Amino acid sequence: MEADIRVALVGNPNTGKSTLFNVLTGLNQKIGNFPGVTVDKKTGYCSLPDGRKAEVIDLPGTYSLYPKSRDESIVFSVLADKASELTPDLVVVVIDASNLKRNLLLYTQVADLKIPVIVALNMMDMAHKRGISIDIDGLAKRLGVPIVPISARKVDGIDQLKTTISYANKIALQEATIDVESIAPQLIEHIGREMELDNPYFALQLAHQHETLKFLSATQSDRIEQLEKKYSFHPQKAQATETIARYTFINKLLHETVKKHHAAHDDPWSNKIDKVLTHRVFGFIIFFGILLFMFQAIFAWSAYPMELIENFFVWAQSSLHHTLPAGPLTNLLVDGVIAGLSGVMVFIPQIAILFAFISILEDTGYMARVTFMMDKIMRKVGLSGKSVVPLIGGFACAVPSIMSTRTIENWKDRMITILVTPLVTCSARLPVYTLLIALVVPSRNVWWIFNLQGLALTAMYLFSLFSAITVALVMKYLLKARERGYFIMELPVYRMPRWNNVFLAMVERAKTFVLEAGKVIIAVSVILWVLASYGPGNRFDQIDQKYHQPEYVRSIKPDDLNRIIASEKLENSYAGVMGHVIEPVIKPLGFDWKIGIALITSFAAREVFVGTMATIYSVDGNAEQMTTVQQKMHDAKDPATGKPVFTFAVAFSLMMFYAFAMQCASTMAIVYRETKSWKWPAIQFGYMTGLAYIISFITFQLLK
Amino acid sequence: MFLFGFNLNKRTFVPVQIENMRLSQLEVGEKGIVKEFTDLEMSVKLMEMGCLPGEEIRVARVAPLGDPIAIHVSGYQLSLRKREASTIILQ
Repeated sequence: MEADIRVALVGNPNTGKSTLFNVLTGLNQKIGNFPGVTVDKKTGYCSLPDGRKAEVIDLPGTYSLYPKSRDESIVFSVLADKASELTPDLVVVVIDASNLKRNLLLYTQVADLKIPVIVALNMMDMAHKRGISIDIDGLAKRLGVPIVPISARKVDGIDQLKTTISYANKIALQEATIDVESIAPQLIEHIGREMELDNPYFALQLAHQHETLKFLSATQSDRIEQLEKKYSFHPQKAQATETIARYTFINKLLHETVKKHHAAHDDPWSNKIDKVLTHRVFGFIIFFGILLFMFQAIFAWSAYPMELIENFFVWAQSSLHHTLPAGPLTNLLVDGVIAGLSGVMVFIPQIAILFAFISILEDTGYMARVTFMMDKIMRKVGLSGKSVVPLIGGFACAVPSIMSTRTIENWKDRMITILVTPLVTCSARLPVYTLLIALVVPSRNVWWIFNLQGLALTAMYLFSLFSAITVALVMKYLLKARERGYFIMELPVYRMPRWNNVFLAMVERAKTFVLEAGKVIIAVSVILWVLASYGPGNRFDQIDQKYHQPEYVRSIKPDDLNRIIASEKLENSYAGVMGHVIEPVIKPLGFDWKIGIALITSFAAREVFVGTMATIYSVDGNAEQMTTVQQKMHDAKDPATGKPVFTFAVAFSLMMFYAFAMQCASTMAIVYRETKSWKWPAIQFGYMTGLAYIISFITFQLLK
Repeated sequence: MFLFGFNLNKRTFVPVQIENMRLSQLEVGEKGIVKEFTDLEMSVKLMEMGCLPGEEIRVARVAPLGDPIAIHVSGYQLSLRKREASTIILQ
């Protein structure tokens, strides 16, 4: 779609910028990546009253053009890169009218870049309630920009905003706000002269941010560095001077144009809610109550749609098997690609529900309070208050949780959170645990109400939290901090969630997950399919020949014969051979080669375990028949000793392995995407799998 | 303001400046006006968030475990750790 004008939305967090974006573009939006960085780029289209089409870019919320996190660093680079395809023709600065002072700081910075700008004054009703009256015309006159009062929530003033966008000038007419040159006169003049810039503030920002700006060449960046040395430029002092000058300007401006009727500092309602929600006792009780509800919902509400998705794929697989000509290509498509696809799709309900909850908690302002309450505990183990959200999300799935670590500004805090989140018991481990617990833990009640199996499962969940925290504590000492950690965070006023935003967050996250993680999962399942379907040499032919001899065909029912053939083929496939190869290594953990195959296939995704077990113990390949798999596993005997394979020790050792091992291709893919290097997924894979081996070993040796 | 304290190394009485009140020392509900900062890096971040010299600050609440704290400043609520609050010197 070709747009006539490109508009960027810029504003502080919690100003309703995203709501405005959703109102302007509706479902007509997409998430991509900014070139070279993994920050979500939200773009959409909107029709203007004069018939032209505007492309709208929602830039990450920030308090200033000086970035504090990865998301924020995008804002200046998009505004500054004149050669980029994303360079906006017009910037709409969204300002929270009830908090003008802090919001105007960002406005003055953007205005001084001399990009055409419009101010959207959001939340006028809130300002009213707080007894703030704003002389909008006076303010617009002083700043020299059009100011449009809007209410993004109530969809008020949006038409007016669109009209103003369509009338916007191609050149910036706003008044300069502060005397930028005086901050570092010689440096600004010199950079401006050498790089042929006509804007002193742009030159100053280059001096500050040249190291991270992608559009500068290495020579240019080095040259700026040289000039900084020459004029002994001190970035932090310069920034402090600039910030004070800007706030002096803003205070004078607000003194002339804004009247406060009463000195009500804070929202009385918000304060009352806070008294309960951050109470030293009730605060935690409510928080854990919400968590409990979230888990229940993630499991309970997703069960039905997940079943539908699974059934759909089973149906698709069997009908494709019937319609397509039999052969290796059909098998690859149906058992490799489509089976892999179903492994991705089946998680969509859980991811959508998890993100709906996270988006509601964030939208209402509660998440900031959770961060506030938990920061002290989390800091003790090397995490930050902001790690709470991903860790909780890890109970559902590590993939979206790792995506949500982007809000953590501090590099070390963020890395530790990413590294330990996959240890938390995710939903893919649930089928493995239920199967194994059902196998070795008797289903009887202790202390009247507690089911022994349920207790074992709860113990696995608690144990995973404990291990995540312990590993985080170790990482705290191993990882070097790149910058000082700090925790300066706005506690936004409580608001009702906007259901439209919640819905869009669900759709977007699910889409991103399918597209990004889907690629890897499909690739890995295809490889696994090949490994499990083909064997070295002519072993498969020999098996076929052996069982086609009359004595077998006559004495065994065809169904049983096929199962025996399938299971013998699996043993002789590349996967089976690999199982035999690793058997000596996993023997001390109590595992035989068959479990070895399941371990290997589970590296694609943990829940593959049940399916692999089903195939190995030759149960029609239908993972749904849990009782049958369970029965077969229960009956499985060690051919050498004649004793059952799945003893209490083996089952718990196996559960420990699944608790620690990095058996999830999607998580590895997402960690790669978030860290932009294979180093971190490799470290994660190494430490988790190493721990899995050691702890399984200890478990088996102690229990056997 | 100066008082005299005993310096163990020099074994004499030396003038010791009595430190100004810091934000971290305020109780919930107490107010103060920002005078200066002890840490440049932190001051830049705090000032961007509206915590400037001359600005009035009121402590709104303390997190259940005693840290961080939440303050009212520039018409909104900001939370910060006690260690960060201790870099803010009040008048």
